[in-house]
Amino acid sequence: MVSLKKDKFIIAGRNFKSRLIVGTGKYKSMSQCAKAVKLSGASIVTVAVRRVNIADKKKALLMDYIDPKKVTYLPNTAGCFNSKDALRTLRLAREIGGWKLVKLEVLGDKKNLFPEMIETLKSTEILSREGFNVMVYCSDDPLMAKRLENAGACAIMPLAAPIGSGLGIQNYTNIKIIRRQTKLPLIIDAGLGQASDATIAMELGCDGVLVNTAIAKAKKPFDMALAFKNAVIAGRQSYQSGRIKKNLMGSASSPLKGII
Amino acid sequence: MKKIKKIKIKINGSFKSVKDNTNLSVLLKTLKIPLKKVAIELNQEILDKKKLNKQILKNNDKIEIVHFIGGG
Repeated sequence: MVSLKKDKFIIAGRNFKSRLIVGTGKYKSMSQCAKAVKLSGASIVTVAVRRVNIADKKKALLMDYIDPKKVTYLPNTAGCFNSKDALRTLRLAREIGGWKLVKLEVLGDKKNLFPEMIETLKSTEILSREGFNVMVYCSDDPLMAKRLENAGACAIMPLAAPIGSGLGIQNYTNIKIIRRQTKLPLIIDAGLGQASDATIAMELGCDGVLVNTAIAKAKKPFDMALAFKNAVIAGRQSYQSGRIKKNLMGSASSPLKGII
Repeated sequence: MKKIKKIKIKINGSFKSVKDNTNLSVLLKTLKIPLKKVAIELNQEILDKKKLNKQILKNNDKIEIVHFIGGG
């Protein structure tokens, strides 16, 4: 039996307990977000870098609800549409508290939120040279995934579908090809809609999944957080257990010998 | 009575008038900014938080103070 404890999930030399990474956006409140994160069992949460509200000094901070000593903060560059802004954002993130493990996300289109891969590649090269460990949100193009790997990415994170769309994995073949070509952590990022989508990602051989909207905007976010937690574990176990071959015809499960 | 000279700076997109020769460290304390939880940029250059008291503000300086918020 494959022991989950022995099944390490290592990113940039660090072992993480959970293969589910969750986003912290779109929740009704910070306390709701914190509870959902806890129920999901996630060891990593993504966070955005934004201006402090100078006018409202009493406004609660995310760090007051989710302790970065207990859960790894993964700063992202959400909202950046070019390399310059993405680099500026992550350099600031590093300054907040020494974060080197970051999620690079350079968008190319405001409607479909697809990644701008030329700017993404350029940013990956620069950030890697500067000592960042860059987890890269990217298209599901195997050729581009290879180039990101060569540029120094520490994890490849192709989208399943447009961010927040809930459509689930659209291109199984490309994900399988990327899985086959890379030994880097492969994490499905964006577009999942329900827990079974996470199971499918894991069964395709992905090392983890990143989910935000599907949990935050579910009718019952706490229940969905738990569902995703279980779905990721189930998918990983299923992948490692070795599925049966698909057959066109049936194969009876009960023996024919001794039939009356 | 000697008139106190003031300068105009921009913090997180909003204009603010402060005394001339104001030290950035003092300004951030006045604004109750939790230094451990933020990063600070002055005119697009990231500042070392340990050296803020050496940073004297000038007219038209642009300061950005950022922190982490919920995001996907």
